[in-house]
Amino acid sequence: MTILRLLWIYLRVGVMNELAYRANFFIRLFQSLLELGTALAGLAVVFSYTDTLGGWRPDEIVALLGVYFLVGGVISVVIQPSMEGFIESVREGTLDFTLTKPEDAQLLVSVQAVDLWGFIDVLLGSVVMVVALVRLGERVGGLEAVTFAAMLTAGIGIVYAFWLILATCSFWFVRVENILVIFQSMYQAGRWPVSLYPGWLRYGLTFLVPVAFATTVPAEALTGRLNTATLLGAIALAVALLLASRAFWRTGIRHYSGASA
Amino acid sequence: MSGLFDLYLQQFRTSLAAMLQYRAALVIWLIGQVLEPLIYLVVWTVVSKTQGGSVGGFTTGEFAAYFIGLMLVNHATYTWIMYEYEYRVRHGSLSFALLRPVHPIHSDIADNVSSKVVSLPGMLLAAVALGLVFRPTFHFVPWAVVAAVPALVLAFLLRFFIEWCLALAAFWMTRVNAINQTYFVAMLFLSGQVAPLELMPGWIQTIAAILPFRWMIAFPLELLLGRLTPIETIEGFAIQVAWIGLGWILMRTVWRAGVRAYAAVGG
Repeated sequence: MTILRLLWIYLRVGVMNELAYRANFFIRLFQSLLELGTALAGLAVVFSYTDTLGGWRPDEIVALLGVYFLVGGVISVVIQPSMEGFIESVREGTLDFTLTKPEDAQLLVSVQAVDLWGFIDVLLGSVVMVVALVRLGERVGGLEAVTFAAMLTAGIGIVYAFWLILATCSFWFVRVENILVIFQSMYQAGRWPVSLYPGWLRYGLTFLVPVAFATTVPAEALTGRLNTATLLGAIALAVALLLASRAFWRTGIRHYSGASA
Repeated sequence: MSGLFDLYLQQFRTSLAAMLQYRAALVIWLIGQVLEPLIYLVVWTVVSKTQGGSVGGFTTGEFAAYFIGLMLVNHATYTWIMYEYEYRVRHGSLSFALLRPVHPIHSDIADNVSSKVVSLPGMLLAAVALGLVFRPTFHFVPWAVVAAVPALVLAFLLRFFIEWCLALAAFWMTRVNAINQTYFVAMLFLSGQVAPLELMPGWIQTIAAILPFRWMIAFPLELLLGRLTPIETIEGFAIQVAWIGLGWILMRTVWRAGVRAYAAVGG
């Protein structure tokens, strides 16, 4: 429960900070709508020449697009700003202050910055997803809902662990932000089912950069095409990566000697 | 004239040295430049295979040729000048550029060209790798390949002028992200990056023929791939030259007004 209480506190701070710049809301809303409109128009062009894409029907791809926005929103609300802040604080030595606080340092570091307007993408993504599902006309049964929730959680867990492992590298290397920028660039590949990509790229997007688990797998759960192996694999990978990132974080902290503060 | 030549030579030397220091940033930029055409190449390859090997006059191999070529033309013509100007105006570093006795656009062109020279080997490597994976089919027409060279140079100039004008919006606004994003969306659909323009609905093709976007990317590419008739080629060159003239006038006007509006923030 500590995690929720802390997240709530940082969220309130984020809200108070951002409400001073209310015009940003309209700019970010405009940008998100533009991005969504672009993606939908791109789909319209592609689907004017075909009925299915790699076995996915148009509305199923739209549902995937919704998941893409939803997860992208979660990343930009808390994971990305917090991890960037963490890397910065290692370089500047201000991590010392975080370490002296009486809460778990990994937890504090992971929720330390909240970008309020990222919720726009979470909301838009959810709306797109629901509209696509309604248009598909299939009632999403209890089983699909549960597996989707599980795969969404696992996907976000995997992405978080991935970012934490990379960010923890900043205890040893100064410039790791570059790798995180590469992740964001690769993430756009997640707008399409990873099964479309040729083998080497598919493996890269699954295991090197876990884009597949963030978008394709939850969308597969939603559209009822998830097999048990992927389901169990995703959960196992999420647990393994979360534990590994925790262990790696501890090693890193032990190595950290304070830079300048 | 020789003064300007020496200036460019010196500027190339300094910016080459600077670019080589920021190799990581260039690699990231390169990944983005390869990934976007690659994604659409994958999508259209799948569509084409589902439809039995060709879609809207493009075979699977021709899609591969189109998107690999698109990647190279885009590399030859891109600029990141709008991000540069937002930073310069916001941090006031433009003040130093204004104190120099030559127009700042010369150093911008030199920077741009040297960044392309540094990243060209990586780009060619990516093109070869994609060629091996996706097996493109080319139908080169000798006269069209020759004509594609000046078309590419004009496309570079046109895109540079237009994006330099856009970058100057930073003089009046400090947050220009939304404007840049709108521009890139228009670019995406109207310059043939989502799909070859032939595959777009008719009304988009009409808009694309009027606005400058097609003439910055798609035109030299279609020419290179031998998809244009001689008449279309001559028309294309005429439109390119007309837009470059307009762009040049616009650039001068906006630059003069902008420098007057510029209030060095910080610096």
